[in-house]
Amino acid sequence: MWIRSKPSWDYLSENDVTPEAIFKQRRLIMKGLVAGGAGLGTLGLPSTANAAWFSSDEPTQKVMPLKFKPHGNPPSDSLTPESKATTHNNFYEFGTGKNDPANNSSHFQPLPWQLKVDGLVENEVTIDVEKILAMAAFEERIYRLRCVEAWSMVIPWVGLTLKQLLKDVKPLSGAKYLAFETLYDPEQFPGQENRRLGGGIDYPYREGLRLDEAYNDLTFMAFGMYGKTLPAQNGAPLRLVVPWKYGFKSIKSISRITFTDQMPQTTWNMLGPSEYGFYANVNPGVDHPRWTQKTERRIDDAGILGRTRIDTLMFNGYSEQVASMYKDLDLTRYY
Amino acid sequence: MLSNAFLHRHSLWIRITLHWALLLPLVVSVFAIISSAWGGDPVQQLIHFYANWALNILVLCLVLAPLSRRFKRPALIAYRRLVGLYVAFYAFLHILAYLVLDLGLDWALAFEELVKRPYILVGALAFLILLALTLSSPQLVRRKMKRSWLKLHGFIYALSLLLPLHFWWSLKSGYIEPLVYLLILLGLVGLRTRQFKAWIGSFRS
Ligand code: HEM
Repeated sequence: MWIRSKPSWDYLSENDVTPEAIFKQRRLIMKGLVAGGAGLGTLGLPSTANAAWFSSDEPTQKVMPLKFKPHGNPPSDSLTPESKATTHNNFYEFGTGKNDPANNSSHFQPLPWQLKVDGLVENEVTIDVEKILAMAAFEERIYRLRCVEAWSMVIPWVGLTLKQLLKDVKPLSGAKYLAFETLYDPEQFPGQENRRLGGGIDYPYREGLRLDEAYNDLTFMAFGMYGKTLPAQNGAPLRLVVPWKYGFKSIKSISRITFTDQMPQTTWNMLGPSEYGFYANVNPGVDHPRWTQKTERRIDDAGILGRTRIDTLMFNGYSEQVASMYKDLDLTRYY
Repeated sequence: MLSNAFLHRHSLWIRITLHWALLLPLVVSVFAIISSAWGGDPVQQLIHFYANWALNILVLCLVLAPLSRRFKRPALIAYRRLVGLYVAFYAFLHILAYLVLDLGLDWALAFEELVKRPYILVGALAFLILLALTLSSPQLVRRKMKRSWLKLHGFIYALSLLLPLHFWWSLKSGYIEPLVYLLILLGLVGLRTRQFKAWIGSFRS
């Protein structure tokens, strides 16, 4: 069911861009498969790789290759190099500096991991992420990611649509919203108990989507990027990707999803209601009070001096797939 | 130890050492970029790094006078100008990084941001003050300006408010760091209440 030959939405594909880089990446995946041994054929975590995940002494940016169905038919954005996408992160649980997450997360243990799904649903479930990694038929989605701070990347995610992940859950008729929570575990996330490191946020980090947004075809749960499992700094072991909204909506390291009848509280909205709305749709027409949203700094393979700003697109360029959900909403008021 | 005589006699070496020490952050930033130590996209890191060093050096600059008084080392005062110039130097790099690396030298956008965003305006005001202090820092200018020189340079007190304000306003969340700087800077102004009052007084009459 997740094999769509002709998707309705225009994801980018990797064929257009930096083919040699992709080629190298493919070869890495192949090498990983070889190194991982026979067990990897099924994507179960083979024992050798398992050992690598769990040995905690040396820094463990241990990511594992994933199998996925690559995507065709791209627009022309070129990919952000993996080395940049994994060293320029907003993940205040590891510190507020852009490279803090990469530096402070080397001992993070993403597995085992349980995702609890509860609230107004027919079947409350607890999803074992290791099982998903072993069994799921992943696909790749190359999406633009637009940060509210006016920079952007183009990232090849690997995962499932949220809809597929939650297909057994069945929302009750009263369910109108989904509330998401990042794992609260100060042992793993030093910023959660150190106010200075964590930027004064009231943890756990919380996000939310309207039901129709959550079940949109674009809404994706990523378990990997660049063909491998997610590194800690990018939200291991699973994170949301909502490409038409500002990056802070794409909550990382999720431990709980609750279906509710009320609009959930969301972290940045609680911190600054006049600056960050619940919807947070990418919208060049509505500035952040302190900086412009009309343009963005695209982080691609250019050097720091070689970069120019590009225009920000309405809904980050995904209008065709999502605009209809907001036709009755005043997007200036509900930013 | 560091007697006044020593401070005078080795003035040249002390100056050279100071220059090297104060250029160190710049050197560190260059190496960090080359070695990717700040990740693949060090733009915001650079903006913050230069800004924080401008502030740190401002604190150092303001600490020299109380130190010289406390330890009876008037010779220290001679180094204040040199240190002060590095405040302006790093503030300049901070703004340069923002204009070149972040805004991509889009001047129309830069102007729009300046008029639209109060925290940028506050930063620009602070930079104007630093610029005026820099241009009027040569002895020759100082002598020519006579009493108004002190009046102008008293605006360094204004920076103690403007910069923490700019800092705090620029943050997406949290307030601890700008608050710490504010307290330190106000404390340092508090150590010279007499001069501060005289400066305020110079605007009456
Ligand atoms: C025209 C003048 C100025 C402009 C356009 C400007 C611009 C900026 C910008 C854009 C930021 C926030 C960057 C971000 O989004 O994270 C910032 C932060 C800051 N600026 Fe400025 N600035 C100016 C003047 C100054 C001056 C003169 C100082 C003197 C020391 C200064 C010190 C700071 C500090 C300390 C921060 C916070 C850095 C941090 O978060 O660690 N700025 N400035």
